Amino acid sequence: MNKIGLIIKREYLTRVRKRSFLIMTFLGPILMAAIYIIPIMLALHSGDEKMRIAVVDESHWFEDRFTDNKEHTFVLMPGLPIDSVKELVKNEIFDMALYVPPTQLNIPSNAIVYSIRQVPMEIENYISSVMQKEIEDQKLMAKGVDPEIVSAVKTNVNLQVMRMDDKGNEKETFTRVQFVLGILLASLVYMFIIFFGGQVMQGVAEEKTNRIIEVIISSVKPFQLMMGKIIGVSLVALTQFVMWILLTGALYLGFSAFIGLSHPGMLSQGTVMSQEITANDIMSNESVQNILQIAQSIDFGTIIVSFLIFFILGYLLYATLYAAIGSLVDNNTDSQQFTLPVTVPLMIAIISSFYIVNNPDSSLSIWLSMIPFTSPISMMVRIPFGVPIWQIVASVVLLAGSFVLMTWLAAKIYRTGILMYGKKLSYKEIFKWLNYK
Amino acid sequence: MTTISVNEVTKHYGDYTALDRICIDIPECCIYGLLGPNGAGKTTLIRILNQITAPDSGEVRINDEKLSQKHIARIGYLPEERGLYKKMKVGEQAIYLAELKGIKKAEAQKRLKEWFDKFEIGGWWDKKVEELSKGMQQKVQFITTIIHEPDILIFDEPFSGFDPINANLLKESILELRDKGATILLSTHNMSSVEELCDSITLVNHGKSILQGKVTDIKRQHDTHQREIIVRTDDKQPILALADTYNNIKVEPTEIDDEVKLTLFSASPNELLAQLLGMGQLVSFKEVLPSMNDIFIQEVQSKNQAS
Repeated sequence: MNKIGLIIKREYLTRVRKRSFLIMTFLGPILMAAIYIIPIMLALHSGDEKMRIAVVDESHWFEDRFTDNKEHTFVLMPGLPIDSVKELVKNEIFDMALYVPPTQLNIPSNAIVYSIRQVPMEIENYISSVMQKEIEDQKLMAKGVDPEIVSAVKTNVNLQVMRMDDKGNEKETFTRVQFVLGILLASLVYMFIIFFGGQVMQGVAEEKTNRIIEVIISSVKPFQLMMGKIIGVSLVALTQFVMWILLTGALYLGFSAFIGLSHPGMLSQGTVMSQEITANDIMSNESVQNILQIAQSIDFGTIIVSFLIFFILGYLLYATLYAAIGSLVDNNTDSQQFTLPVTVPLMIAIISSFYIVNNPDSSLSIWLSMIPFTSPISMMVRIPFGVPIWQIVASVVLLAGSFVLMTWLAAKIYRTGILMYGKKLSYKEIFKWLNYK
Repeated sequence: MTTISVNEVTKHYGDYTALDRICIDIPECCIYGLLGPNGAGKTTLIRILNQITAPDSGEVRINDEKLSQKHIARIGYLPEERGLYKKMKVGEQAIYLAELKGIKKAEAQKRLKEWFDKFEIGGWWDKKVEELSKGMQQKVQFITTIIHEPDILIFDEPFSGFDPINANLLKESILELRDKGATILLSTHNMSSVEELCDSITLVNHGKSILQGKVTDIKRQHDTHQREIIVRTDDKQPILALADTYNNIKVEPTEIDDEVKLTLFSASPNELLAQLLGMGQLVSFKEVLPSMNDIFIQEVQSKNQAS
């Protein structure tokens, strides 16, 4: 029977041809790229608006401490009362005014910034760090310590973390990279399950409310229709995913090349994101080695394969549930009570992923990555940190098994639900359907 | 020869009995009416025939073979609750539905074009379904039901949503399909279409068959020997006086002033007629058989009172 193929084809084509699919496909990578590009662009273009800050320092501690840079200029206003400086700010002669109140004997510890507009975080940080440094230095000197000594004592410790396996092999790990990777993979799985599972639910509900359902199931079995829809939508998800990867890659490479040509050295200064690895880093030898080390420490083969397996199985498990819920929809308010039990495990998984990244091998983490409803997300958090193969296999087997079981249950609910109109449904009622012939 | 044979079919939904040991035999090449009040179990029976649900007990045979998956392609079903994918183009959708019934794409396209022209909706092929009027959607729906040339057709309220002209077109198409050899099961509340189209019927109430047989036979059985006589006369008095001597005559005026209508409940009207002939001009004399509508109401009500 080729019918399921026909259904898959229809489900796939009608979705891929939709304008919203095209928009999402192109907008997704642009949004992702924007996350990288916009801060860089901002960094490149800052200085267009130089902030002018008037300083009224009645404590006279910091008068010559503030230095100008591309973003801001400090102008000292010795002797002027703060109220008249505030007037200047109001008249937009200055962007803001920094006021340090006078102090008797003791050390100043507070200051006020007056501004009409929102004060950039950067300037706030700069002012408070300058003041802190000055006060610390003064305190040290008061205790008879030369601040030079203090800064000479400051050391950066280079902590290497080596993971050992039972064969005695040692491998350096980069927790930060694994952290980001784990959260990223888990969020992707979560997003895709919610989004495409929702599409399955809507599709089923559409067929029911359109009343086309009875026409279709006089030609094909409800199970074929349900599975055809689930598989069709999964292919849409995979198409979108692959398109995103390709487009993001293309955009990223294109942009890196552009930056590399027009602003050499800009990115390697580390002004934007300290952990960002960009095309320019590759130019310096040290960075190349660093990247190679990080790349070697991560098992990309396992990550990609397990991502695909957990993503597909996780989607299938939830899609069957969403299909069953879609079959119960009569009007939208009713479906709420049935969607909640499905979204709760997903929420638990995504929230707990922040615990798991910090404790990838704790017993709670292991449990979450075994329980079928949370495992697609929780396991993906753990994978970049390295998971014993038996755990991955056990989790996959459990997930696949519960997919089969859920499909069987969902199919029973689905084939009764799709023909049920205008009846208030309870869980008790639905439970009865499982026994229908 | 019997095309569809429903044998002792029972179906429960929880505690509710939708069908109770129902038996129907539908001969080939006929239009068979499935009648009954709302909730009688008609849709359940139709869904069993379409293998959408399975009976708890009893069996359905098609041409003396047990109902199975292979029969799906030989049945065309127009459900009462029907619809189309709103966002899909009409032609594309019709082809999809035909393909689901096992027709090759090229063949489906050819047949669909012919039917679209016949139903005068050829110009709508590339339009989206949501742009069509209700009546046109019904036409598309009807075409997709019969496109695979099935020898069994099941129509559930086929006339709903059609204007009188299109309802007539549909009626003619249904008769044409029967003449070409299709066996048609028609479920409807429209009793006039039952009288016009159906050869035999089954009346279902509370999941049980309460009346079954040929439409003409059923009408004969329910015959109350009613005769309607219209006489034209200037002086109605003698007729009224004569009517008084019978206890089975009802006299009514008609819309025309000098006419009088007599309804006689008797199988032997000759004596009365002979007397009436001397009293005026006989305008009409006819036998009044009960309508299917009357039979339906009478049967269902008497059964409901009995239970």
